[in-house]
Amino acid sequence: MRKRLAPGPGIGLVLLGIVTGMAVFAGTLAPIDPLRTGAMPLQPPSPHHVLGTDELGRDLWSNIAYGARVSLLVGALATLLATVAGLVVGVVAGYYRRGWDEGLMRVAEVFQIIPGMLIALLLVAFFGGRLWTLVPVIALTGWPLTARVVRSEILSLREREFVVGARALGGRDAHIMWRHLLPNAFPPILIGLPLQIGRAILLEAGLSFLGVGDPGTASWGKLLQSAQEYMRQAWWLALFPGAALTATVLALYLVAEDLHARTAPVLAQRGPRALGKSV
Amino acid sequence: MSLLGYSARRMLVAVPVLLGVAVLTFLLVHLAPGDPAYFLAGDGGTPQYYAMIRQKFGLDRPLPEQLARYLWSVLRGDFGRSLHQGQPVLTLILGRLPATLLLVGSAFIVSSVAGVLVGAWAAPRANGLADRALLGTTAVGAALPVFWTGLLLALFFSLRLGWFPVQGLTSPHRGPAGWERAVDLVHHLVLPVTALAIQPLAAVSRLMRVKMLEVLAEPYILTARAKGLPRVRVMVQAARNAVLPVVTVIGGHASALVTGAVLTETVFAWPGVGRLALDATLTRDYPVVMGVVVIASVGTVAINLIIDLLYAAIDPRITYA
Repeated sequence: MRKRLAPGPGIGLVLLGIVTGMAVFAGTLAPIDPLRTGAMPLQPPSPHHVLGTDELGRDLWSNIAYGARVSLLVGALATLLATVAGLVVGVVAGYYRRGWDEGLMRVAEVFQIIPGMLIALLLVAFFGGRLWTLVPVIALTGWPLTARVVRSEILSLREREFVVGARALGGRDAHIMWRHLLPNAFPPILIGLPLQIGRAILLEAGLSFLGVGDPGTASWGKLLQSAQEYMRQAWWLALFPGAALTATVLALYLVAEDLHARTAPVLAQRGPRALGKSV
Repeated sequence: MSLLGYSARRMLVAVPVLLGVAVLTFLLVHLAPGDPAYFLAGDGGTPQYYAMIRQKFGLDRPLPEQLARYLWSVLRGDFGRSLHQGQPVLTLILGRLPATLLLVGSAFIVSSVAGVLVGAWAAPRANGLADRALLGTTAVGAALPVFWTGLLLALFFSLRLGWFPVQGLTSPHRGPAGWERAVDLVHHLVLPVTALAIQPLAAVSRLMRVKMLEVLAEPYILTARAKGLPRVRVMVQAARNAVLPVVTVIGGHASALVTGAVLTETVFAWPGVGRLALDATLTRDYPVVMGVVVIASVGTVAINLIIDLLYAAIDPRITYA
């Protein structure tokens, strides 16, 4: 029987393509310099400024297009960093077990217990909100989940014949972890990636909205923060940056949902429990 | 084991993790660049003055000693005093806690109950028009950033239509009269709670729908139908079984609600703990920042415990072990 596919993933991919296109071709798509002031401030959308202007007369569309760069870059880099860290921790904890496992999982627990926004807020406010601090800070709130999933994968993998065989043949730990365990632990992580990116993008936007983001870049969260002050006069400032943010996150969620659905038979047995929080 | 014994043991097990939270927060705060004395006293003081400030707040001590002192006092429930307001941190937080609990609690109940109901309602109608429309709506809903929802709600329902107040917990110049005050409070509560509840509501309803569909495909549902049980009873039975995995996920959303509270409280100028955390962070009020993080973590542990207890209450197969 042919399964009828939901339109979700299609829409998700198209949206993702649009946002990525916006980020890559921001310079061409939005010819007005996002930082250029001088146009009439708080102009509603018009043919010249398609999404209107802000309180300093800056073009909103340009700012949103350039903001896509910040969101996607931070989302992707933070997720990459969190995934690498989570993989290393998960493999080490699951393979060596005992003290390593106990210790690392306790640390992961500490990071999972602290509400991510609070710790990120604290770090970004105290260490500065530049992009190069923002990325590791967001990654810091994301790695424990990856580590947990990887660890539980490794725990079941390490007793399989091919791993035991590799060990019997005298394979070194590093070799076994790198060649045998890591590739097999990777698929469930891959499936979770779009969700992680979405989460990272939302966190960055939230931090910028609270006013601790990178002051030097146009970010959707920061646009929304300043929109709040001019809400009475300029609805467009609140509407469009948020719409861009929501569309991006929605796209990632739809792609994630499709990935989950496609791999569900494989993952059904070790599904939500493995992802759940303990304590 | 009894409910109480189990809960007590769980809280005890969590103590090392919570101490870990305190240590981590302390180290992060104290390793941050910048001398707290400058943030306390402002620029332009004499070196002697800064030295006095450092001594007064114990900042001149070696870091391990400061940490040990801090942990010891946290264990006794003393989180120190706010650097700016002089009050004990715990008093400050407890003073703000009711507003946050009201906001987060209401949003949590609304989103869980409504989410489960919507999902259970949609599942038997799967692939129908209503179900598809709902699926599209909840997909967008699950992606909505809480602060944008808040802004839009305030923009439309307060500024445009004037139905609800834009900000705050209560209206000024209102007497302490009972009824009127309660109504006023609820009036202020509607928009923030809606903003905070929409995203988890959408996510919960989607999950509930899927789980419900799985249960409806089970043979025992067919048996129940074949026996001639009324449709409503079959659905209630199915929902009872489908809700179990949903409860676990709702637990995850509970900690997300804490995060959402910071943002929502900022949008609606809600005088809660989230707002306190933000203000304390921006003014570098270290003891308050650390206190909020530790207490929010205690809250997360408590929420997870409640979820597990709830899980056992719903599923007779699970006992406290």
